[in-house]
Amino acid sequence: MASKVVTVASGKGGVGKTTSVANIGVALASRGQRVTCIDGDIGLRNLDVVLGLENRIVYDLVDVIEGRCRLRQAMIRDKRLAEMYLIPAAQTRDKTAISPSDMVRLCDELRQEVDWIIIDSPAGIERGFKNAIAAADRVLVMTNPEISAVRDADRVIGLLDAEGKGPASLIINRLDPALVKRGDMLTVEDVVDLLAVELIGVIPEDENVIVASNKGQPLSLDGRSKAGQAFQNIARRLMGEQVPFLELEPQNLFQRLLGRK
Amino acid sequence: MAWFFGRKKSANSAKERLQLVLIHDRTDLTPSELEALKDDLIDTISRHIEIDPTAVTINVAHDGRSQRLVADIPLRSVGRRRGREPGRAVG
Repeated sequence: MASKVVTVASGKGGVGKTTSVANIGVALASRGQRVTCIDGDIGLRNLDVVLGLENRIVYDLVDVIEGRCRLRQAMIRDKRLAEMYLIPAAQTRDKTAISPSDMVRLCDELRQEVDWIIIDSPAGIERGFKNAIAAADRVLVMTNPEISAVRDADRVIGLLDAEGKGPASLIINRLDPALVKRGDMLTVEDVVDLLAVELIGVIPEDENVIVASNKGQPLSLDGRSKAGQAFQNIARRLMGEQVPFLELEPQNLFQRLLGRK
Repeated sequence: MAWFFGRKKSANSAKERLQLVLIHDRTDLTPSELEALKDDLIDTISRHIEIDPTAVTINVAHDGRSQRLVADIPLRSVGRRRGREPGRAVG
């Protein structure tokens, strides 16, 4: 299989990009794929803590690009999965430390090693974003069903079209079925209709996401949580499978108690 | 107070507001620029054919992610135009 570079972008910060990159990466690796996740948010490194790999960092993305280490030395192997790696962002540098062509070169080298390269784009539409999409074969745009996140996602989708990186695929994160039912949250159909792009995943609001990041254990490894299942479904769709979208109904008290760990 | 009359669902307001905002974000065209474009259009067309300037509407329509300017410009009918010829229209 030719390896694929997939970038997750959003425009607005805080919509769940880093959590998604971690979970999609882990979900692909749990399906026997060789995966490297790259933290593109130089200066605001976070993918390492979400994956629980912060104590293993020796070299980072900027070290590889500036030739202080070999590519393999900057690839931190996951504790749980054999073929899952992280290339962390540099914490003491900024976005100008690397260029889009650096990213293309790095990803070309990585393509020899793994099946999937998943890049976590920083928020915004400036240099960091341009770096993150430079090597992408496919871009997943992430939004929340919320007015400012949808507006920013639309900007990013437009920019991707202009850069020849479109059409983007859409992930809607933090959908609250109870609020949707009450008419106080945009529906999946509303968001897809507004943004007019293909949908690749819908992740329900799930408190297990916080629990998982507290522990540094991505929840797509946990088959019981709805959000974890939704990330697994995105991984399967990336691999070319046709997977129906989860039925998202408001949970009753009993289900809420069962879902809590 | 609004709930007394049946509260409007906030998701509907969000969708309607986003529809408008996205049109202007995508075209980089503000409502006042669109209004100026409409005035220019009326001036130009009026030089060639008689139209009803008050009935002209101009909007941005979208089909997927592609956008189109849609102008609706009603023409004054020949019959009505005759009726307004000087000397006959008055009196």
